[in-house]
Amino acid sequence: MIYPARRLGFAVLVLWAAYTVSFAVLFLLSDPVATLVARASDGASVTPADLAALKARYGFDQPLVVQYLERLGAAVRGDLGTSFVSGQPVGATIADALPPTLQIATAGLVLAVVFGAGVALVATYTRHRWLAQTLMGLPSLAVSLPVFWVGLMLVQLFSFQLGWLPAVGARGPEALILPAVTLALPTGALIAQVLVKSMSTALAEPYVTTARAKGVGPVAVHLRHALGNAAIPALTVLGYVAGNLLAGTVVVETVFTRPGLGRITVEAVADQDVPLVQGVVLFAAVVFVVVNLVVDLIYPLLDPRVTQAVPA
Amino acid sequence: MTDLLDPRATTAQPAPPPTSGTSPGTGRARLGRFLRRRPGLVVSVLVIVFVLVSAVFPAVFAPGDPNLAIPRQRSLPPGPGHWFGTDYLGRDMWTRVVHGTSLSLQATLTAVAVALVVGGLIGLLAGFVGGWVDEVLMRVVDVLLAIPPILLALALIAALGFGTTNVAIAVGIASVAQFARVMRAETLRVRGTVYVEAARAVGTRWWVSLGRHVLPNAAGPVLVLAVLEFGLAILAVSSLSFLGYGAPPPAPEWGSLVAEGRNYLATSWWMCAMPGLTIAATVLSVNRVSKALDGEWGRDR
Repeated sequence: MIYPARRLGFAVLVLWAAYTVSFAVLFLLSDPVATLVARASDGASVTPADLAALKARYGFDQPLVVQYLERLGAAVRGDLGTSFVSGQPVGATIADALPPTLQIATAGLVLAVVFGAGVALVATYTRHRWLAQTLMGLPSLAVSLPVFWVGLMLVQLFSFQLGWLPAVGARGPEALILPAVTLALPTGALIAQVLVKSMSTALAEPYVTTARAKGVGPVAVHLRHALGNAAIPALTVLGYVAGNLLAGTVVVETVFTRPGLGRITVEAVADQDVPLVQGVVLFAAVVFVVVNLVVDLIYPLLDPRVTQAVPA
Repeated sequence: MTDLLDPRATTAQPAPPPTSGTSPGTGRARLGRFLRRRPGLVVSVLVIVFVLVSAVFPAVFAPGDPNLAIPRQRSLPPGPGHWFGTDYLGRDMWTRVVHGTSLSLQATLTAVAVALVVGGLIGLLAGFVGGWVDEVLMRVVDVLLAIPPILLALALIAALGFGTTNVAIAVGIASVAQFARVMRAETLRVRGTVYVEAARAVGTRWWVSLGRHVLPNAAGPVLVLAVLEFGLAILAVSSLSFLGYGAPPPAPEWGSLVAEGRNYLATSWWMCAMPGLTIAATVLSVNRVSKALDGEWGRDR
């Protein structure tokens, strides 16, 4: 009973700290008032009265500690402030942008797991040294390629040369293929690397030898005995995978001119729309924390040794 | 968990035998054996040398002016005279890529230096002082790890403003956490060794002990991480300059060259392909070398 409570407490603590870090970066390092003034006045001079009104409207007339506490309190209640540019609530803006991003993120995740697990399983299964070497080289190749460039090359090949798939936009399921593949490459590489490592560990375990000695076939040993155990440690990187996918959409949505969270982020940074940028950063932290929390809570069910190792 | 994530940890090929330990041999014989045994590594080193020279003396490889536009030679595909083709204004892509190396490499070096110094200091402090200082610093590092590096870098750019230097600082700060963790682990390891204890026993001041015993012995893995981070930083810097947060248009920079070529992707693929290939070749080479360094230095530990 204490294990879940401690994990939950830790998750809340990380979120609070993420809020504080993003507040420090965005509201202390930059001068949001100057950004606002530049936006409101279009270069014309601003009277002190206007400036005061502007500051009061966004709460910048308060001392920093008060600003921090008020914004934190509002954030806890689900109010992330309003965008400097559109004047819309940040929460609603993110929620509106989320569906198309979830589409490519989900498609990307599925492809990444298929790519990554496929490469890792074949690489650890095959007896041909050259095949194993080639497959194990693929992930390090995939993480060395610039994502934006891979996307553009895919567009050039499959949209312009071959004419098979649309180059830009978000209409129809076939428009999902290229962005999802682009997004899946670095994530799939991460999954493959982790799984190759845990599969090699699992295959050296005595229970694999025992299974082989009993006459279990090589495929069954590989998939049932080894993978079953090797997949559990691989779960721990799920938080990173989710974060990776989310961050990847920033580039992928720009390359493929798709609407979504990534595009909003790019525009918000360009406009120095501080509340919106903070909202996106917090959203990413929430995703990371929630995924890790879920993994932490599921983990003891899959591997009971964890609860024994952690004195509750 | 992080050891699973560490790309270095997945060196699938068996690490090459340490050349130092096999047979003494003369320097030249060892070099010859080294070249024959690992052609990939040699090519990687050559690529890195090429990139470094282009960054400092671009005229060695591309004597022309990167901004010289010859309208008659617009959008020529790669061929003799124009290895990388020409762009939509008739500028030679090879010259632009070679001259772009300088800005891209400066930004990358700055990013790695920021990450190394800030992360290293945090890790050193946390590991050496211990107690609540360690606790607080490492909790901050945990939080930084919860935010994807690119998003953290974007937040910093939103705060600091555009430009190559700000992009570099943002990328550097975004990867501070990794360095802090490795440095702390190494500091803890070294702090527990007998020679540090002996130094303390004979009355060495703590800062002498830190500077002479702990830092030099803890630095190895952190420096290997720095080489690895170099590859990641090239990718991050070029991604951010591709998104348009780097140097303003006329200046060539690897990421922004790809972004410029994007508008002509349908007709002139080389405007995107060539700068991107250069980035990919550089990152692959850096990663190959960092893997080799890890194999040689990591073995001895």
